[in-house]
Amino acid sequence: MSKIIVVTSGKGGVGKTTTSASFASGLAMRGHSAVVIDFDVGLRNLDLIMGCERRVVYDFVNVINGEATLRQALIKDKRLDNLSILPASQTRDKEALSKEGVGKVLDELRESFDYIVCDSPAGIERGALMALYYADEALVVTNPEVSSVRDSDRILGILGAKSKRAEEGAEPIREHLLVTRYSPQRVDQGEMLGVEDIRELLGIPLLGVVPESEAVLQASNAGVPVIHDSDSSSGQAYADAVARFLGEEVPMRFLEPEKKGFLKRIFGT
Amino acid sequence: MPAKAPPSRDLFDTAQQGEMPPAAELRGTVLPLPLLRVHEHDLAAVRRALESAVSGSSFFSHAPVVLDLSPLEEKMVPDFAALTALLRECRLIPVGVKEPPEAWREGILEAGLAIVEGGHEASPRTPSQTPPPAPSAPVPTPTLVVEQPVRSGQQIYARGGDLILLAAVNAGAEVIADGNIHVYAPLRGRALAGVQGNTSARIFVQTLEAELVAVAGVFRVFDEPGSNPCAGRSACIALRGEQLVIDELGRD
Repeated sequence: MSKIIVVTSGKGGVGKTTTSASFASGLAMRGHSAVVIDFDVGLRNLDLIMGCERRVVYDFVNVINGEATLRQALIKDKRLDNLSILPASQTRDKEALSKEGVGKVLDELRESFDYIVCDSPAGIERGALMALYYADEALVVTNPEVSSVRDSDRILGILGAKSKRAEEGAEPIREHLLVTRYSPQRVDQGEMLGVEDIRELLGIPLLGVVPESEAVLQASNAGVPVIHDSDSSSGQAYADAVARFLGEEVPMRFLEPEKKGFLKRIFGT
Repeated sequence: MPAKAPPSRDLFDTAQQGEMPPAAELRGTVLPLPLLRVHEHDLAAVRRALESAVSGSSFFSHAPVVLDLSPLEEKMVPDFAALTALLRECRLIPVGVKEPPEAWREGILEAGLAIVEGGHEASPRTPSQTPPPAPSAPVPTPTLVVEQPVRSGQQIYARGGDLILLAAVNAGAEVIADGNIHVYAPLRGRALAGVQGNTSARIFVQTLEAELVAVAGVFRVFDEPGSNPCAGRSACIALRGEQLVIDELGRD
């Protein structure tokens, strides 16, 4: 039975698209077939992060409107055979996402993929509501600051009230907390919320902590999801999170400030 | 007491069971109804007494009442139509008169009221100048219990009763009750108790980190650091006169 995972946060700029790209890639690297859908109609970014922007011909909205088939719109990832991307339209707006249309596309995708990762836009408007409506699981991406935590809390309320599962009274969406852009040094200095505070405020299980890292920006610019950079702390943290999502016990890392040893000081990280 | 029960409730019940519902159905019930004892023939005096008794609370708002006119002199037949109109203006719904003298029956039936036989008061009271309807008689309103966290942007209202919260009320959330509010978890959002004007409502909190608390419209915001005397601790919030008082729980 395939699973629909929404990557959501409420707030913008916290790392939803980075997470969607790396998480879907991570699932594919572990041998599952996966597709990642960009719900940010009008402001599409996922194709850039995945490095396939030149190959976008048809998009999600074309499929919803019956202007293209799913097969025509899906883009095969150039690194992973079992990963596909369904890009958003840059020329439409989010009103193009109808509940029935999105449902039909997701049903069709369920037939050929184990995991369907929905990259939600920021906000709580139509795009975000459609991205989470059909979800079975939710990755709530949160930065260690109060505004991000509050917006995540808002999104959790919406997951529990406005999703299909909530409306039908089915088993609720499984929620996972993913803290991104985490800087243990700044937490120690009292400039950022600690991961335990965030977990307590939001009251959902912690899936992973992704440390702030330059590797993320470099990966975005290069169009390679950061999970492929297995030397970087962020790449490793995403791999850990995927493993935990698949049921493995992996201890949390990157929660303490890095102690720079002599060699590290010379060679860098 | 064999008072008329509103039939609509029965209709709904049977309809929801999915069987063939009859168009109407009479059922025998014993419903508690407040008794309104009238001591004076002077309607203006009755109005004054009712207004002071009813206006302060929403509890008896649109409540069905049975009239007890036994203190009135039998020879002076009350104007039942005028009395009915007055009660309705005071947001009470008169349904009948308890054990009236034989001579009044015709007038009562003409005014569209029922004649109620039998029944006894819930608690014997010494006659006082303001006879409020028996306080233990009305149908108890159920308490609303919420086990999930109340998240930013969500609002929960316990209409007519108490509200009990077993998980956190997060910043940006709002919990409201006509009665008391209990939070057995951190309260980080807003809590408003007694919103229909119940000044004896209280808020009980295990960990007070609220943005705002209010009882019967008297509110307090915890804006400045140090403005919350019970920050991070348990608290009971109540009105004392016009003042909202916040005390730590378990402390005298």
